[in-house]
Amino acid sequence: MAEILPLNEAIAAVVHDGDTVALEGFTHLIPNAAGHELIRQGRKELTLVRMTPDLVCDQLIGVGAARKLVFSWGGNPGVGSLHRLRDAVEHGWPAPLELEEHSHAGMAAAYAAGAANLPFGMLRGYAGTDLVPHTRVARVACPFTGEELAAVPAIRPDVGIVHAQRADRRGNVQLWGISGVQKETVLASSRSLVTVEEVVDELDPRPGAIVVPCWAVDVVAPAPGGAHPSYAQGYYDRDNAFYVAWDEISRDRERFAEWVRRHVLETADTAGYRARLAETAGVVA
Amino acid sequence: MSPGYTADEMMAVAASRRLRDGMTCFVGIGLPSTAANLARRTHAPDCVLIYESGTIGAKPAHLPLSIGDGELAATADAVVSVPEIFSYWLQGGRIDVGFLGAAQIDRFANLNSTVIGEYDSPSVRLPGAGGAPEIAASCGETFVMLRQSPRTFVEKLDFRTTVGYGGGPGDRRALGFAGTGVTAVVTDLGLLEPDAETCELTLTTLHPGVRVDDVRAATGWELSVADNVATGEAPTPDELEVLRSLKTIEEDVAA
Repeated sequence: MAEILPLNEAIAAVVHDGDTVALEGFTHLIPNAAGHELIRQGRKELTLVRMTPDLVCDQLIGVGAARKLVFSWGGNPGVGSLHRLRDAVEHGWPAPLELEEHSHAGMAAAYAAGAANLPFGMLRGYAGTDLVPHTRVARVACPFTGEELAAVPAIRPDVGIVHAQRADRRGNVQLWGISGVQKETVLASSRSLVTVEEVVDELDPRPGAIVVPCWAVDVVAPAPGGAHPSYAQGYYDRDNAFYVAWDEISRDRERFAEWVRRHVLETADTAGYRARLAETAGVVA
Repeated sequence: MSPGYTADEMMAVAASRRLRDGMTCFVGIGLPSTAANLARRTHAPDCVLIYESGTIGAKPAHLPLSIGDGELAATADAVVSVPEIFSYWLQGGRIDVGFLGAAQIDRFANLNSTVIGEYDSPSVRLPGAGGAPEIAASCGETFVMLRQSPRTFVEKLDFRTTVGYGGGPGDRRALGFAGTGVTAVVTDLGLLEPDAETCELTLTTLHPGVRVDDVRAATGWELSVADNVATGEAPTPDELEVLRSLKTIEEDVAA
C-alpha cells in the first residue's frame, strides 16, 4: 500500500539533495506543485529528468536547484524559449547546468527500458545526427539480422514524480487523457511520488484510464490544482495565458526571483500558491 | 500593393495544399499544425492528425498552443502513451507524412533545432530535437516549413539535429531510414523540392509577387533553380476564411 502524506512531508520523505529526479507529465498533468515544494525545501544538486522541461524545470533551474538536466525538448510550448534554462546554458546563471539531451523517441525508449528492468532501450534513431557525439547513445547490432540500431541507457531515477487525477485511500492511482510516460516513470524509479487532484473512497471506471496499483507506488500526496499551469483533464484546463505570461516573467532574473519569492517561497502549499495567483491575476502578466 | 493576405498565411495555405485527403500526418506545433488543420478543414477532411503527445486523429476546433492541449485528447480517435506513439506508430511505419519546422536548414534539407553557435557555448540555446530526428527518418515523406532568410537557409548548419538527405544521394539508405525524406520545403517565398538525382533543394514554385532573385537573396548558398519555375496560386477566399477562423487559443487569450 502507498502511504498518503501531505505534499511537504512527501517531498521530505522521498527526495534528497543530489538525487536524480524524474518529473513527468507530457503537457498534461505536469507535477508543478511538487516542483514548488522542492523549491520551498531548498533541494539542491538535483539531476532533473524530463522529456519537456517546461515551466517546472525552468523554475527549478532558475533557483539553482539543478546540477544536470536530461531532456529531449526544452521550449515553452507554442510560446518560445525557457529563459531560465537558456540563461543557465548560455551564461551559467545562477549555476552551470550539465545537459544530456536526447530525442523524444530516445527518451521514451529509455523510460520503457527502465520500467522493464532492461539495461538499455533500443530504437531506429539518432543516426547521422550531431546528437551522437554529445549524448549517451551507442550502436548495437541485431543478433538475428545484423541490423544496426541505436541503444540508449535505461532511465532509472532515484525518484519519479507524476501528477494524476485521483487516488483511492489505499493509494491506487487513476489517470486518464494524455498519459505521456507517467506509468514508465513510476515503474522505472527507485522511489515514486504521485500527487493527485483528490483522494476518493472508490475509483469508478473511466474509459481509457490507467490505474497504477498502490503496491507499485510509494507515496501519494493530495495537491488539488497541483498541475497548474498545466492541466488535469476532467478538473481544469491548461492555463495557456500563464504560459504566455511566463515568457515575460522568466525573461528577467530579478522579475523571476520576485515571482518565485511571492508565489512559491512565501506560500505554504498548493492552496497558498493558488490563492496568491488569484491575488496577482492580471499583475503577473 | 498589399495582396490581402500575409506571408505566413500564404505559407500555411501552400503547405496545406501538399496534404492529400486520407493521409496520416505527424504534426509539429506552430505553422505545421496550422497548415495541417487548414487542410483538414478544406480539401482533406479525412487527413489524420497525429501529435507526439499520443493523440491520434485529433480534430481541434481551434489551433492548439501546445502539442498536448486538452482539446487534442478530447477530440482524438485514440490517445496512446508517448512510448507507444513513437515505437508502434512512428517507427512502425504507420505515418505517411511528417510536418516539421526548424531554425536552420541546409541545401540537403538537414535541419538544426538545437543551438546557434558552438554546442558547448551556444549564443542561442534552442529547444532541441523533440520528435524531429525520428519523424524525418521514419515517416513516408517529410514536409518542412521555414521562413526563408540567409540566417535560416545556411551553407553549413551549426548543429545537425535532423537528417534530411545527409551529404547527398544514398545517405538515407546507408543510415537505414525507411522514409523518402524531405519532399517539400515551404517558405514565405515559395516551394523548394529536392532534385531527383542530386537531392539538392531546388526552387520549383514562387508565391505570387515573389521573384527568383528575392529567393536567391534569402538563401545562404548558391540556390539551384528549376528550369521552369511555376508561380503558385494565391490563397482562395475560402482558404483564408477557414484559416482565420482557426485562431489559436493564444490569440483568443490576447483578444
